[in-house]
Amino acid sequence: MAKIQVKTKINGEETEFLCQPYDTVLDVLRRDLNMTGTKEVCSTGDCGACSITMDGRLVCSCLVLAAETEDKNIETIEGMAKNGKFNVLQKTFLEHAALQCGICTPGMLVAAKSLLEKNTNPTETEIRYWLAGNLCRCTGYDKIVKAVQAAAEEIRENA
Amino acid sequence: MSEVKFISPETIEQAVDAYSKSSKEGNTKILAGGTDLLVQIRSGISQPDTIIDIKNIKELKEISNDNGSYTIGAAVAGAVLDEEEDFGNNWPGVLEALKLIGSEQIQGRASLGGNLCNASPAGDSVPALIASGATVKIQGPEGERKMPIESFHVGPGKTNLKNGEIVVNFQFPKKQKHSGDAYLRMIPRTEMDIAVVGCAVNVTIENDKCVDARVALGAVAPTALLIEDASKALIGSNFEKKAVEKAALACEAACNPIDDKRGTISYRKKVSKVLFKRALEKAIERAKRG
Repeated sequence: MAKIQVKTKINGEETEFLCQPYDTVLDVLRRDLNMTGTKEVCSTGDCGACSITMDGRLVCSCLVLAAETEDKNIETIEGMAKNGKFNVLQKTFLEHAALQCGICTPGMLVAAKSLLEKNTNPTETEIRYWLAGNLCRCTGYDKIVKAVQAAAEEIRENA
Repeated sequence: MSEVKFISPETIEQAVDAYSKSSKEGNTKILAGGTDLLVQIRSGISQPDTIIDIKNIKELKEISNDNGSYTIGAAVAGAVLDEEEDFGNNWPGVLEALKLIGSEQIQGRASLGGNLCNASPAGDSVPALIASGATVKIQGPEGERKMPIESFHVGPGKTNLKNGEIVVNFQFPKKQKHSGDAYLRMIPRTEMDIAVVGCAVNVTIENDKCVDARVALGAVAPTALLIEDASKALIGSNFEKKAVEKAALACEAACNPIDDKRGTISYRKKVSKVLFKRALEKAIERAKRG
């Protein structure tokens, strides 16, 4: 079957790949581009483990066809640490022990980053609502919310 | 599997042309936000031979405001419409209905057009669109036509779209002075679930009297319903108890729901009255403010 050729930007880098019409961005990231930081859990858009941003919008990569990403700007968990340095959220997640098994963590981080880019002073309720599409079955969310609050505080202090 | 085609047209004409040709040969699906379609493909419910992505068509992504009348492209995502501050001031009920659909991730993709065409009886934005009095613009091989939202659905998963027709945009009437709309839904959990009952109300008030009212219910019949008897009961009233009760009974009478694990028939009927009254209160409060 003829494959579709797609040219897109992933974490700032021009990337080209070939995909089948039914392939999702998640399929291509994990299988073809060896970017396994983005996790596959439910594959139906319920759990948020595969969260990425596309042209700055938070989306589930399991619900985006790879063929749709022509000329888009995609950001994944792999683009979060810069020059070997953690993003502030990655640091506060560690400091607050906001993870156990780690499967939801990349999605949580990508979603939280997208919130803090919009709002550096979210209330606890706003954080909980924003992360409602990211399911964690280990920690019980409290530590995650505290880590996001701590990151927000750090961003505000350094602004 | 024969060869699956993925097409991404840039004009409505190209999309209509491709859609009408390919749907004669096999199963073609229009791709907007994909939040329903990709789940259907993954689970095997839908295995289209052709996928037409309509998000590169300008008109389907446009938001415009012509002297108070909004036109919203069918594929505009919830998160995008949410940032259009004045739309939410004009149609808070429509926006809150759309925003109830899924998580932030889903909002980054889900659209009014997709929710309408997916044709679930429980689609949250549909009752709100009906109550607003919006019309949908459709384009097909025979040209363009418009339809009120309440005429769009035939049954669960079934619409009045003809072969090759696609939904282009939604046209909202000019918001009347002292009018307000609201949408409420009942779900068994607190967030992100499918409506057991959804109710939208849009009222216009002049000198404390109701001069216009549109009430719509979702998830209580094969399609979302415009409850005309509820409008009749409210128009001309001061929202006195008797009129509101009569309208609530009209809501209950219009229900023809399914009986399932999320809600029995008698429960859905009863909740339709309660939700109507609460949505009405909210709409009145908003109407008085603006």
